[in-house]
Amino acid sequence: MSTLIAERPTAELTTGRKAPKRRLRGESKLHPLVWVFVVAVMAFSLIPFYWLVNTSLKKGASLSQGELFPSQPTLENYLVVFQNPEFLLALRNSVIIAVVTTTVALVFASFAAYALARLKMRRKAMILTLILSVTTFPAIAIAAPMFSIWREIGLYDTLLGLIIPKLTFALPLAIYTLTSFFKEIPRELEESAYMDGATPFVAFRKVILPLAVPGLATTAILVFISVWNEFLLAVTLTTSPEARPVPVAIAFFSGTSEFDQPLGTISAASVIITVPLVILVLVCQKRIVSGMTAGAVKG
Amino acid sequence: MAIKTIPASRGPAKTSGRDRAERKLAFRMTAPSLVIMALVAAVPIGYAIWLSLNQYSVRTAGLSRFVGLENYINALASQEWWAAFGQTFLFAGLSVSLELVLGTAMALLLNLAFKGRAVLRTVVLLPYAIITVVSAITWQTMFQPNMGLVTNVLSALGLPGGDVVWLGEHGYAMAVIVMADVWKTTPFAALIILAGLQVISAETYEAAELDGASKWQTFVNITLPLLRPAIVLAAIFRTMDALRVFDLPFVLTRGANGTESMSMLAYTQLRENRLVGEGSALSILTFLTVMVVSVIYVRFAGGNIRDVAKEEQ
Repeated sequence: MSTLIAERPTAELTTGRKAPKRRLRGESKLHPLVWVFVVAVMAFSLIPFYWLVNTSLKKGASLSQGELFPSQPTLENYLVVFQNPEFLLALRNSVIIAVVTTTVALVFASFAAYALARLKMRRKAMILTLILSVTTFPAIAIAAPMFSIWREIGLYDTLLGLIIPKLTFALPLAIYTLTSFFKEIPRELEESAYMDGATPFVAFRKVILPLAVPGLATTAILVFISVWNEFLLAVTLTTSPEARPVPVAIAFFSGTSEFDQPLGTISAASVIITVPLVILVLVCQKRIVSGMTAGAVKG
Repeated sequence: MAIKTIPASRGPAKTSGRDRAERKLAFRMTAPSLVIMALVAAVPIGYAIWLSLNQYSVRTAGLSRFVGLENYINALASQEWWAAFGQTFLFAGLSVSLELVLGTAMALLLNLAFKGRAVLRTVVLLPYAIITVVSAITWQTMFQPNMGLVTNVLSALGLPGGDVVWLGEHGYAMAVIVMADVWKTTPFAALIILAGLQVISAETYEAAELDGASKWQTFVNITLPLLRPAIVLAAIFRTMDALRVFDLPFVLTRGANGTESMSMLAYTQLRENRLVGEGSALSILTFLTVMVVSVIYVRFAGGNIRDVAKEEQ
């Protein structure tokens, strides 16, 4: 699989930044049909968000009749969520898991990615293939044995017991994305560091790493989102609220003790954890795009 | 950090010395990641293979009995496995093909220069930020009988589908699961394809224009063939993901109405039925299925990609 990606003809060119100017020529006026398509795409992307927020603001009859606009909007669902100790625990767990996994993955991955991008190395292609093949593992293949191993050694239903397997999937993602960022840094910079008597590692730490900060930030965002999102390992390897991260907590959310559908509170909880990620995407839109295309396309 | 201990004496003057230092450094820098991945991926998979050869139940803790391939034979003879297998491939086929078509269309749109392109790109990217479980809940609320957006709008317009219990019937439930997946992951496909689109040189288009090709002809004869590697790559990533699908059916139907995926079936045996041996066998079967598909992809599409690379050079 690595050969496939390494040999992609688009490899050197797809930074996504240097789009040829030509396409701007004479196309400021779009065909009306194209505008229809633009609007349709926007609607398709946004309407579900609207409905989620709408549902989260409704209670009782307003909820069960499915009003298109809440006639009596209420923040009650949000209060219920914030008073739910299990949700707050889940939030804490998710933050700890995502921050620790992202940090550790970034440290190890930056070493590995630098070696793979820049240094002379034996069996580089084989190592890249191995790393990529980890990303194709179905999480259930790891989750099933981990379930048994963790139960025996006491890591089952703990945060550490989730961080370790999540790291396995975060590492290849980080290594692939970072490798492509390191490749973009001009080689002359290291050469001049060598001239000044630096060892390769010093050149990496003092010259390359500071220049790679934007790439590191991009990778951190992508890894953070994917760790935060991960569900199967989280649901298999936890059982109590003390270790459950947000996605599992939401999937098992029972809402209030009321008889009506807990959809209102579930929606409120969903909105609460979506807002930070949406802000992240709005602020770091360019970074996310370059990271997604770099990691995937350039390998 | 052990890495710092590399002797600084290997000066830049001796190239061969630096070569050796480089190789050594490269080894030391990659080793930690490889060790972590080996420990947390290879060891458990080896253990899973061992577990799958045993009759082992958490209920009777510690009791395990070697049964050889019995778990596999039972799984392969069971209707559940083949149902899950079929459903997973149906889901992957439907969602990936929709994502590629929509993703290509979106990429073409994002590649046009018009006022509001930046806004469109941000909006399109938003579903990517939503976690899959929330995306499942969102689509669930839209298809609730009587209270969902889609069911209400369909009823109001007098269209069929308004009074359907969408998640209560196989075909409809499958449709909702596919839609939720398409909504969340089409941006990913679109961005990969957009990256491929941006490297097609302007000259190629100018030549086509000089030859008097129509827009449609240009698209079919130039854009699509040159875009093939990017589309294939998006297809690989999305197919691998789709074959592992778990969150969407788990939240939307809990696997009811014939929507159980391979991963879900393994999970159910393992966690709900506490059958570790059977669950492990099913997870190994899932793993093998994904492996086989990825090998087939690389065999066919890999050659495909190399051909295109040659043509471009």
